[in-house]
Amino acid sequence: MKPPPFEYHSVASVDEAVALLGEHGEDAKVLAGGQSLVPLLALRLARPARLIDINRVAELTSVTNGSGLTVGSVVRQRVAERSETVAIANPLLVRALGLIGHAAIRNRGTIGGSIAHADPAAELPTVLLALDGEVTARGRNGTRTIGAAELFQGFLTTSVAPDELVTGVRFPPWPAGTGWSFQEFSRRSGDFAVAGVAATMRLDRNGMIADARIALSGMGTTPVRAQKAEAALAGQSPSDEVWAAASEDAVAGLDPPSDIHGTAAYRRHLAAALTGRALREAYKRSEVRS
Amino acid sequence: MTRQSLQLTVNGRDWELLVEPRRTLADVLREDLELTGTHLGCEHGVCGACTVLVDGLAVRSCLMLAVQAGGASVLTIEGLERDGELHPLQEAFRDSHSFQCGFCTPGFVMTALALLEEGRELDEGELREELSGNICRCTGYQSIVEGVQLAAQRMGVGQ
Repeated sequence: MKPPPFEYHSVASVDEAVALLGEHGEDAKVLAGGQSLVPLLALRLARPARLIDINRVAELTSVTNGSGLTVGSVVRQRVAERSETVAIANPLLVRALGLIGHAAIRNRGTIGGSIAHADPAAELPTVLLALDGEVTARGRNGTRTIGAAELFQGFLTTSVAPDELVTGVRFPPWPAGTGWSFQEFSRRSGDFAVAGVAATMRLDRNGMIADARIALSGMGTTPVRAQKAEAALAGQSPSDEVWAAASEDAVAGLDPPSDIHGTAAYRRHLAAALTGRALREAYKRSEVRS
Repeated sequence: MTRQSLQLTVNGRDWELLVEPRRTLADVLREDLELTGTHLGCEHGVCGACTVLVDGLAVRSCLMLAVQAGGASVLTIEGLERDGELHPLQEAFRDSHSFQCGFCTPGFVMTALALLEEGRELDEGELREELSGNICRCTGYQSIVEGVQLAAQRMGVGQ
């Protein structure tokens, strides 16, 4: 239950982190808030030769709302949760942040860390996918942006290369009148969700569904978008029957894991029920704009 | 393994130490500084027994490397009493029988302290939610919630 030995580098800038990653990428892990990585070290499920600690990189701590909400990768989850800028820019994100672990976890855990860790049951990857957000990654060969759909590749696996550092996360602009909901079920408050749903809904001027987004957590090796359900919702008139049909569409064909918390069939049932609730709540929060 | 120098303040006292980077803040507090009031239950961030305050924020000291606390001010359960007098929160825990075996108590006290210092008024549901990151295997939590409520009342929090 004690971490194995490693070389430790605390860096002060992105340049310094990128230089070290360029030299040691395959053998190194980036240490952000440590709320997922340190348990993996303690349980010896991860044995990196080097840790590159980015907690003191001041340039990664900004939160700005311009063309979308841009959050530096080492912004603490608790800071973002209480940020007025975040509250104005993205209410879905605030709700999801409040569901991560416990206050003591969020005091250390970071936005970029949670997304780069890519746990399929975690809240932030699910929100990023639902909103078509993106991350910025910097490596030896420069900076690139990676959309959420290309980011999550598999269980705890992203398309960020070993020599790249996630520097920031961007959530697209939030259209006025968009309704939203985050629903999840966990056995105890703060535990990882057995299944969860992030949803948004936008209505047209006639009150019909213009755009609905649904992303599910805990239902596969990555968070998953319910594209079929989204497509079927577009243009529909909101009703309980429409939510029920979309909920079934959302889980059709999914093959979630079975474990001590629930079978695959139970998870599908749960995710469908949560999707129904999420769509109802997102609809209630949406506003017709002329 | 190479040790690195570490300067930090613990319960108001300055320390300069040499520590291996792989050691957690919890282990350095307990073993190097002999502050064994910070308890280790699960050592992977689930139980909350090792909660301490780092620069005023409640954190799991088993999930923070000691070298990451360089320059920080750490408060542990040993730092709460003043001249032999218990902190009002400790007194309220005693008066409410907020523990049985006592193993989880330092973590609960430090979590509750951070909460009371925020000064928000919390209803029982919110308080239970805030305390849900700490596990107690004896009490059933009722007496712990009552202890924090009594402390909040005595300290005038949220009034």
